[in-house]
Amino acid sequence: MQKIYTKIESIVGNVITVRAEGVRNSDLAEITTSSGKSYANVIKLDRDLVSLQVFAGGQGVSTGDSVRFLGVPMRVSYSEDLLGRVFNGAGQPRDKGPELTDNLINIGGPSVNPAKRIIPRNMIRTGIPMIDVFNTLVRSQKLPIFSVSGEPYNQLLARIAMQAEVDVIVLGGMGLKYDDYLYFKDTLEQSGAMSRTTMFIHTASDPTVECTLVPDMSLAVAERFALDGKNVLVLLTDMTNFCDALKETAITMEQVPSNRGYPGDLYSALASRYEKAVDFDSAGSVTILGVTTMPGDDVTHPVPDNTGYITEGQYYLKNGHIEPFGSLSRLKQQVNKDTRDDHRALMDAMIKLYAAFKDSVEKKSMGFTMSDWDEKLLKYGNLFETKLMDLSVNIPLEEALDLGWQILADCFEKNETGLKTDLISKYWPK
Amino acid sequence: MANNIGHVVSVNGNMVNVEFENAIAKNEVGYIVVGDTRLKSEVIRINNGVAALQVYEMTEGIAVGDKVEFSGELLSVELGPGLLTQIYDGLQNPLPALAEQCGFFLQRGVYLKAIPDRDWEFTPVSKVGDIVVAGDTLGTVPEGVFTHQIMVPFDLLGEWKVTSIVEKGKYNVRATIATIENSKGAKKELSMVFTWPVKKAIKCYDERLRPTEPMVTKVRIIDTFLPVAKGGTFCTPGPFGAGKTVLQHMESKNSDVDIVIIAACGERAGEVVEILKEFPELIDPKTGKSLMERTIIICNTSSMPVAAREASVYTAVTLAEYYRNMGLDVLMLADSTSRWAQAMREMSGRLEEIPGEEAFPAYLESKIAEFYERAGKVRLKDGRTASVTIGGTVSPAGGNFEEPVTQATLKVVGAFHGLSRERSDARKYPAIHPLDSWSKYEGIIDSAKVAEAGQILRRSNEVNQMMKVVGEEGTSTEDYITYQKGELLDAAYLQQNSFDAVDAAAPVNRQQDTFSVMYDILKADYDFEEKNDVRNFFNQLRQAFLDWNGVPQDSPEYEKMKSSLISLYKGKVR
Repeated sequence: MQKIYTKIESIVGNVITVRAEGVRNSDLAEITTSSGKSYANVIKLDRDLVSLQVFAGGQGVSTGDSVRFLGVPMRVSYSEDLLGRVFNGAGQPRDKGPELTDNLINIGGPSVNPAKRIIPRNMIRTGIPMIDVFNTLVRSQKLPIFSVSGEPYNQLLARIAMQAEVDVIVLGGMGLKYDDYLYFKDTLEQSGAMSRTTMFIHTASDPTVECTLVPDMSLAVAERFALDGKNVLVLLTDMTNFCDALKETAITMEQVPSNRGYPGDLYSALASRYEKAVDFDSAGSVTILGVTTMPGDDVTHPVPDNTGYITEGQYYLKNGHIEPFGSLSRLKQQVNKDTRDDHRALMDAMIKLYAAFKDSVEKKSMGFTMSDWDEKLLKYGNLFETKLMDLSVNIPLEEALDLGWQILADCFEKNETGLKTDLISKYWPK
Repeated sequence: MANNIGHVVSVNGNMVNVEFENAIAKNEVGYIVVGDTRLKSEVIRINNGVAALQVYEMTEGIAVGDKVEFSGELLSVELGPGLLTQIYDGLQNPLPALAEQCGFFLQRGVYLKAIPDRDWEFTPVSKVGDIVVAGDTLGTVPEGVFTHQIMVPFDLLGEWKVTSIVEKGKYNVRATIATIENSKGAKKELSMVFTWPVKKAIKCYDERLRPTEPMVTKVRIIDTFLPVAKGGTFCTPGPFGAGKTVLQHMESKNSDVDIVIIAACGERAGEVVEILKEFPELIDPKTGKSLMERTIIICNTSSMPVAAREASVYTAVTLAEYYRNMGLDVLMLADSTSRWAQAMREMSGRLEEIPGEEAFPAYLESKIAEFYERAGKVRLKDGRTASVTIGGTVSPAGGNFEEPVTQATLKVVGAFHGLSRERSDARKYPAIHPLDSWSKYEGIIDSAKVAEAGQILRRSNEVNQMMKVVGEEGTSTEDYITYQKGELLDAAYLQQNSFDAVDAAAPVNRQQDTFSVMYDILKADYDFEEKNDVRNFFNQLRQAFLDWNGVPQDSPEYEKMKSSLISLYKGKVR
């Protein structure tokens, strides 16, 4: 298996083909070029013609370069030593630490048997009222942040990472701006969360193929931590870059594109990653929080669209805050019945009133006269936006609920809120 | 046939090309031998002496030259007692048993017996000397609340004579219970289990009938306005988050059929887990037993191999047809057919076929039609009627119904329950759009009256659109009343409160009662001057209606609230 092949037949984009025998699908190979060594993996076999995608890219690969097949699929080292470290998409250190080669595990492993999953039941507290109160994040949930480029999604992600009560954080960065990578690194180091964090970072200037490996690397590691009883939070930013990298490879491989150039298996490709989110019945859990930037704020774009069909809700980040309407946590019902008895009712009442506020704003902008009720709603809406929706607000759930009652009391009479009498008598600020 | 082998010549994603020597059939199952695992795959094309196989597993590690063993059989499922309550993957692998053997993960290449090895209390129906044909009953076993008929395998041709049959007693499911012989002297030993190729419809019945009897789902908007018939087909397209799966879960819980088969095809695993954990706790009002006893779940979630996803809907519908042949009414729900279509697309791309619209294969429409055509109400050979009803969700890209899968589905189904983003955002459940959707079946309520109510809804919607431009001030009181009537119908009849135990499921007689009151309110002529009065009046009516909807039918409150509701509206009639 260690035979070296030196006859590269074609180099198209990041994909090279070489004539070789005894090669297995998905096997890893090492290519030695004039500019150094790079890994590649087998993506297609046709008799003795082997197609490989080169992690470092096809640039500078010569037809005379040598290819050595390693006889193993792509793997990543797994141990506690990963914590506090930063790697690139191919699993090599990005920091100044040593290369890890012990206890290698396969990436992109099999899917969890649905019969072994359990119904999610633990809330993850983030200190952000728009999440904790209105769209609670649940352990083992997979949830993307839908965002227009330019929104502070990475800041939001970093804040959740620092505040969430989890044992291990795995950050997968795809096509990150170098500044953003440094921002994550600095923020996590300053908060002391770095010691429980592993990062797999592909920056915008790195080879595209490495981008496609980041989610698999991150999730393979996360899954192992979870099997060892840890509660793991995986942050993936930005999944749209990942999809674009897949698109690039698919086009190179002359696959028929399905929608706006994306390959037909985009849904499956995303699902096989997101579905790694799991709560094991006798071990830890994997929670996935991703970022999906929407080109042109278009939710029907193939990437957010396919993502929405896979994930358990989404957070809409727009104009610097999490939108109460487009956002949805499909699992919130599983946990918000056990937090505090007013949680669900207050959440519904406040959202309904906020919707009414939006109507009043529209009426006002169209020049219709404002009634007393409209004025109350306008006051309410402004308080709601500044005291709860603002992303800088950082309070625990209970405090956020109390604040909610306070806002209601500041704006309305008791019977205008649509809340049940018993809750009002219990929580209405005296 | 066991030593019919071939060798891998190329691997591309989940498609493998194989060279072979002896005869092989299209759709035959082959096993690719990788080390000590055997990966199940199916021949989908044979071209120039090379067979293209779609592999039902991950193709990692397959090498050129690997051996392929052809089985000589088409992709089949096992049929027999013990199917109910099971949870299978798309290839009928029992998932709980797999979990016991392999732990947390789905290990590839492990195939277990679909039907559990156990004894059943067999009661013979046929006697020695009887002449039987495929589909005839040899005997019965009690499977939960059902009498499971042990039938002559559907693939036997012509007439056969029973030469021996066991006496009443306990027998293993795979033990021989009867032997039969035909005029040519061919002999067969029969057990309670036989196999059937999933892609072939089971046709052991006398004739197909027109689906006329409504299948009650206890969802008012469906049963009254957009009914589904037993043996009919319906589809539920909708954007993500519109509640397709929630609605389907409701249908699977409340539909008045004997057996429900759920195919979770390429969707979230978490949703299946909810069914798995919830159904055993719920009581089926029809039988008094747990809902799970009438349910089979075929679960090929989105992260499981794509090719098996394609097989899963066929597996599900084959099981449905099997139980139909016992004279039962079966509902098969597929969530989501788009994922199934995408699996076909993926395969078609690998086969380098010329793509159709959005890269779906040209045969997409005929495959969808073929699938839905497996639904139907039939008269069995013994005169009983039975049915398979198929409901499929569609997940159109971008929520746009003008896409190939939705359009191809709409051509062949009998009812269209289109979910709208607008309604789901407004937290209206079910989010079925009442004006865009349609049904070709007869419902539980006089269709002329339903049409009148629908007319008011349509008119109300028009007034609403108009009001957005001219404001309330520019609308006549008469139009405003029509608008409010439509809103009332929507809020108090079309929507249901899924969290309210009573309102979540409305039985037929209750729907008829509620509708007759609603109809009278809609048809009445009211005397109002001010729009504010109109609004207040309809707000009151709505509140009274919602309260009434939440009261159990057998409580004394029910009639009281009904009459107070009636006197409330009669007070304002002109």
